[in-house]
Amino acid sequence: MIRHLIWLLALAACAALGARAQDRPQAFIGAQIIPISGPPIENGVLVVHRGKIVAVGPASQVAIPPDAERRDVAGKVIMPGLVDTHSHIGGGAGGDASAPMQPDVRILDSINIRDTSLKRAQAGGITTVNIMPGSGHLLSGQTVYVKLRNGNTIEDLLIRDAQGNYMWGIKMANGTNSLRPNSPGPFPGTRAKSAAIVRDMFTKAVDYRDKIRRAGGDRSKLPPRDLGLEALVEAMEGKRIVHFHTHRHDDILTAIRLSKEFGFRAVLHHVSEGWRVANEIAQARVPCSIIVIDSPGGKLEAVNLIFQTGAALERAGALVAFHTDDYITDSRLFLRSAALAVRAGMSRDNALRAMTLAGAQMLDLQDRIGSLERGKDADFIILSGDPLSVYTKVLETYVEGVKVFDRNNPQDRLYAVGGYGASRDQDVHIECFEDGEGNK
Amino acid sequence: MRRIENVLRSLIEKHTTVVRVLICLLLASVAAQAQIAVRGETVYTMAGVPIRDGVVLIRDGKIERVGPASQVAVPSGYKLLTARVVTPGLIDARSTVGLSGYLNQPHDQMQLDTSAPIQPELRAIDAYDAREFLVGYLRSFGITAVHTGHGPGALISGQTMIVKTVGDTIDQAVIVPEAMIAASLGQAGLGQGGKSPGTRSKEIAMLRAELLKAQDYVAKQKAAGNDPSKAPSRDIRMEALARVIRGELPLLVNVHRAHDIMSALRVAKEFGIKIVLDGAAEAYLVMDQIKAAGVPVIIHPTMYRAAGDAENLSMETAANLRRAGIPVAMQSGYESYVPKTRVVLFEAAIAAANGLSFEEALATITIDAARILGIANRVGSLEPGKDADVVLFDGDPFEYTSHVTGVIINGQLVSEEKK
Repeated sequence: MIRHLIWLLALAACAALGARAQDRPQAFIGAQIIPISGPPIENGVLVVHRGKIVAVGPASQVAIPPDAERRDVAGKVIMPGLVDTHSHIGGGAGGDASAPMQPDVRILDSINIRDTSLKRAQAGGITTVNIMPGSGHLLSGQTVYVKLRNGNTIEDLLIRDAQGNYMWGIKMANGTNSLRPNSPGPFPGTRAKSAAIVRDMFTKAVDYRDKIRRAGGDRSKLPPRDLGLEALVEAMEGKRIVHFHTHRHDDILTAIRLSKEFGFRAVLHHVSEGWRVANEIAQARVPCSIIVIDSPGGKLEAVNLIFQTGAALERAGALVAFHTDDYITDSRLFLRSAALAVRAGMSRDNALRAMTLAGAQMLDLQDRIGSLERGKDADFIILSGDPLSVYTKVLETYVEGVKVFDRNNPQDRLYAVGGYGASRDQDVHIECFEDGEGNK
Repeated sequence: MRRIENVLRSLIEKHTTVVRVLICLLLASVAAQAQIAVRGETVYTMAGVPIRDGVVLIRDGKIERVGPASQVAVPSGYKLLTARVVTPGLIDARSTVGLSGYLNQPHDQMQLDTSAPIQPELRAIDAYDAREFLVGYLRSFGITAVHTGHGPGALISGQTMIVKTVGDTIDQAVIVPEAMIAASLGQAGLGQGGKSPGTRSKEIAMLRAELLKAQDYVAKQKAAGNDPSKAPSRDIRMEALARVIRGELPLLVNVHRAHDIMSALRVAKEFGIKIVLDGAAEAYLVMDQIKAAGVPVIIHPTMYRAAGDAENLSMETAANLRRAGIPVAMQSGYESYVPKTRVVLFEAAIAAANGLSFEEALATITIDAARILGIANRVGSLEPGKDADVVLFDGDPFEYTSHVTGVIINGQLVSEEKK
């Protein structure tokens, strides 16, 4: 009984602390700030309040509110929280083996937010993630866009649009992953069959959409609700972006062809042979979310994967972002992708943009995240040095002004470097047990 | 030398195709024998302190001299290469490359046969594809020697060997045809499809039974002396394990869990055999025991995925082992999917960012790897008389944005990184 009372008191005290941290502006003073939206700022100041950025600029020009909590971060680097446009953290699974296209299946119904992969992503400086179902289907389901807040349920992590609906996209794939040539059943055996199955289902969705339009609001004339076709209609109406896994040059062009025929917005993912069709991609104005892997191969469609893809797409004028595809690459080392692209000729500015603002654009979130600008969400990371150096550490990660990772915290450090228990599901997080500095 | 080249080149311009081909061949061999001088702003010899503004002279495939430019003059006729940083050729202390290929199709995955749990007779030299794409890929990042062969996945999967990353055939590439016998404990050692061994205890029971047989085989051979009529009939499996029993080859034990590491040490002690730990994700839990047993560790790649038996791995283990005085080398390991191979240069880089000093991390892919593999007399450092395996960089080798600007193997400039 007494123990319960102490817990309650502690909770109340923490709640008070938490509220205070929210009420006072926080000013981070003296770091080099890489806002992405403009050139780097030496001796910069970032002021955040109630989850938003209220000021960012050189120390000489930013007036720090008198009641602000001041934090000296001289010698450090601050940049926007990283945006991972394609990840499988949370151990979710989308469609099953019953059909090659399952647009009714939502990944959000299967995510374990206590999976330590989320903690590792925070440790890597990632603040926004497009969590996707896998690539073993032509369409494996609905993705979900999340912020890596310290939440208790998946609902706590969702990103809401202006109408209050959670935001998501659609995962599609072509090439070899979704081919099952030697098994009977509904899966395609060839690339042409793959495209035909996709066209067939989208044609049905066009029909479904037209029936709804013709009904003109008359309920008696509406077709029966179809959760899968509803999702495809939203894609064709431009409300949902199709995140399209594609590697080989011809598969890339097939994805573009399908997006044009049915009028859905596509972001190409992986794009291993994008360097071979960079001009075609740029002309089609289709953005690319690419992966950087330490060696080519491992599967036939990735044998021509090279570090130079980012540079080639940049030269052609295509919009480029990076993704981890975690567990394929490690969320904790996400910055490494940009650095290796720079090694292979990509410009530093676009490589850093590809970790942040370009990814935000590919999730329709560019007005809220991806750069350090007044009015945007206070999602940022504090680094020990140059973001493209192997020796640089992510020191702290903030989502909407709340510190969600602190390398000085032993438990957070365990997630950052690994060790005994680092892969065990995290304990239930009670957010109010942290003060503004991450101390419990 | 240059004059000879010029004469030959002028001949090429004047003569017919056949003559041209002949002269080209001649020219190529002249170029191949050219002596090289490498001058680096910093030369990490791994045999003493780094040399500022150093020179490495290469003659006939071997290192001739190493020292500061103020003391080592470049003789005339030497081709001069310059770099910001110069290191010994990098060594990958454990891989399956060449047996496992980058297509990842059944025909190029030769690192594991699952027909039986114990097959030490499988030779790596009988399966190595010297022309495998990934061999050249590794070479472009400065990897000049690889300890490769049969992979994890069976209690005893086969033999390993050491190759240089050059040559069109195994005979041109190989430097140690039988290096170790590869074993796996824990999940990786379990039989597939319900076959034995089905438990950890069974793994150890089967391993001990096999080693007992080999002990017996060795004893019979000894007893027979020079009398062939008394010798046991030849058995290629026993011949392979006999080399382990006699201490000629170590058992390379792929193992991650602390209790499996202890099992490996227990068996090693019982049979008095040499072992090398491969992977060893939880080595940090039993460092005293590993050190007391005098066993070196070829640590898992720093960026290895924390899953299964390796779920508790740490990026700081290489540093912790080093602090404890345990010899450590870095490996690229075996990968079943993407990346199909890791690159030890990148793995050592992450170790350098997680507790190892720059030179300690470099040692895990040069001199310390060479010592653990037993090839330090030939490679691993820049010292006169050793093989001329040298790597040139345009910056800190571990920095993501640096490049490999030249790779020299056996005194020949063989490749550089694609920019």
